[in-house]
Amino acid sequence: MIEINNISKWYGQFQVLADCSTRIAKGEVVVVCGPSGSGKSTLIKCVNGLESFEQGDVIVDGTSVGSPTTILSKLRSRVGMVFQHFELFPHMSITENLTIGQIKVLGRSKDEALQRGLKLLDRVGLRSQAEKFPGQLSGGQQQRVAIARALAMDPICMLFDEPTSALDPEMINEVLDVMVELANEGMTMMVVTHEMGFARKVAHRVIFMDHGRIVEDATKDDFFGTPRSERAQLFLSKILSH
Amino acid sequence: MSFFTELDVSVIAPSLPFLWTGLKFTVTLTLIAMSGGIILGTLLALARLSPFSPLAMAASWYVNLMRSIPLLMVILWFFLIIPLITGYPMGAETSAIITFTAFEAAYYSEIMRAGIQSVSRGQVFAGQAIGMTYAQTMGHIVLPQAFRNMLPVLLTQTIILFQDTSLVYAIGAKDLLKAAEIAGKNYNRPVEMYIFAAVIYFVICFSLSRLVKHLQSRIAIIR
Amino acid sequence: MNYHWNWGIFLEQVKGGDETYLNWLFTGLGWTLAVAISAWLIALSIGIGIGTLRTAPNKGLAWFAATWVELFRNVPLLVQMFLWFFVVPELLPREWSLWVKQDLPAKEFITATLCLGLFTSARVAEQVRAGIQSLSRGQTMAGLAVGFTLTQTYRYVILPMAFRIIIPPLTSEFMNIFKNSSVAFAIGVMELTFQARQMQEDSEQGIETYLAVTVLYFICAFIANRGMAFLEQRTRVPGFIASAK
Repeated sequence: MIEINNISKWYGQFQVLADCSTRIAKGEVVVVCGPSGSGKSTLIKCVNGLESFEQGDVIVDGTSVGSPTTILSKLRSRVGMVFQHFELFPHMSITENLTIGQIKVLGRSKDEALQRGLKLLDRVGLRSQAEKFPGQLSGGQQQRVAIARALAMDPICMLFDEPTSALDPEMINEVLDVMVELANEGMTMMVVTHEMGFARKVAHRVIFMDHGRIVEDATKDDFFGTPRSERAQLFLSKILSH
Repeated sequence: MSFFTELDVSVIAPSLPFLWTGLKFTVTLTLIAMSGGIILGTLLALARLSPFSPLAMAASWYVNLMRSIPLLMVILWFFLIIPLITGYPMGAETSAIITFTAFEAAYYSEIMRAGIQSVSRGQVFAGQAIGMTYAQTMGHIVLPQAFRNMLPVLLTQTIILFQDTSLVYAIGAKDLLKAAEIAGKNYNRPVEMYIFAAVIYFVICFSLSRLVKHLQSRIAIIR
Repeated sequence: MNYHWNWGIFLEQVKGGDETYLNWLFTGLGWTLAVAISAWLIALSIGIGIGTLRTAPNKGLAWFAATWVELFRNVPLLVQMFLWFFVVPELLPREWSLWVKQDLPAKEFITATLCLGLFTSARVAEQVRAGIQSLSRGQTMAGLAVGFTLTQTYRYVILPMAFRIIIPPLTSEFMNIFKNSSVAFAIGVMELTFQARQMQEDSEQGIETYLAVTVLYFICAFIANRGMAFLEQRTRVPGFIASAK
């Protein structure tokens, strides 16, 4: 489904991604972790072309992200993305947030878009908030709406960029629950997160990054059982000691 | 482009001394109105922030009045109407200097007020804690910081003031624009003269605005 | 002060005409409103375009927009008035130039409106750019991630929010345009300042004249302010507090 082939990226002299490669198969859930500044957020944004890269390529469902002939907006409409700071559109009601992409990008009718939107809102447990505005919801609720917004486009895979790190602790679980459910349904997911509980529960593989490199790319059991690299061991011990 | 071949730039050189007199008045007017305006503006700002409410109210009335009418009207008020009331007519140049100082004071006072409010209250307490009077605290602690923080904004306002001085045209004071117009009539080449005046204004204002940008980044670092 | 007050002057007939001075002032008010409001429409439409281009990823477009702003911001409005009125017609091809000078209807009004509109467009553009830049980069990314093109992202996500954020600074710009329209007197538009000078010379009742005109400018500024406040209230986003940047 997603193939990342040897991509490298620089900000001026500074290399943020160094020769990163991995594959994510259909239905697979892959968690990407690593210390801050390790390049994990940049890597996930390369998958739908929100960040450009200088070398290598990313292939999503057979389409090359780096190719100049690819219409990125088309590709992005098929890849759902959830951001650290939710990024709902503040001037639109929750319903409008859920329908605008369906109407303007997918060309669905208003009714069709609304039905699909409300169904997903039901699913994340926020049907009663449909007419509110993002600023009137809690962080956890906003993030659930953001997930619903991405799902409304019927994506072939979902990207999560630290979806819980801007949330108060008591709200983290309501978002993780939605994500676990999604994983159990067989959605292909790439998730940048420090939530190792989530990784243990649903991840198939865990990727550990440091200084722009993929240091470890292992199955969940291998990663938590016998991480090979010292840095990954150190990182795990720090995170798990909380 | 026939126009550019028809432009006769040769008329500019002989009129330079005349234009220079005009520019000198424009710059003098700007500098006097700037210094007077900042001093008066600071006093107005202090008055607006003073606990004595009639003073605060009077200052706020003055500032809001000046800011809601066109500068051109203020210029005409000072030149045509106030002499009717006082009985002392004034020359265009003197009237312009008084008008611009009084008018710009209102705008500078808003900047200084924001500047004074940008200095934390802790600074005032610190000044008082070492035994300074209100005046000393203001003069030695608050105003210098306010002035430094607001320097780029004060300069930007001065660029606007510099451009606004061209409005003395309405009362016939001989500034750069008026000089260009007269020179244009003398040589029967108004087009060249207007363009030349515009270029001078542009070069001066553009350079000053670069300076402001530079100052802003410097001040951002100091903070 | 031996000034001869005459508050009845406004209802008296002008010298050598069958209008009253009040008619003159209302004509002036009409032209002031016409110039200011038409210029505002020009300034808004061009300003939004130029301000948006300043944030464009394309270097050439961004440079063009920056140059536009610098050009219109760094030359005094009155000088720009003269440039449009005396210089620009000379720049045109001969037939057009003749037409503009001789046959263009309401030539002074059109020139003044165009000039004031373009002058203000540079200021509006700066506000728009500031508004766009005050939004987080995440909003653009979120728009793109939904599958919008960059144009759609601006149209549906960035500009609607930026516009709401800049309503307060736009309000003072809108009030400025009424004040700045007074400069149009210099090329002979018969707006309020023009009429004030004319009435003062004609009636020799300077104080009454200037007081009346000043009050009319006040009313314009007040209405402009209330109008924008109404717009601000109408477009308020529930639960959104603009972050002070």
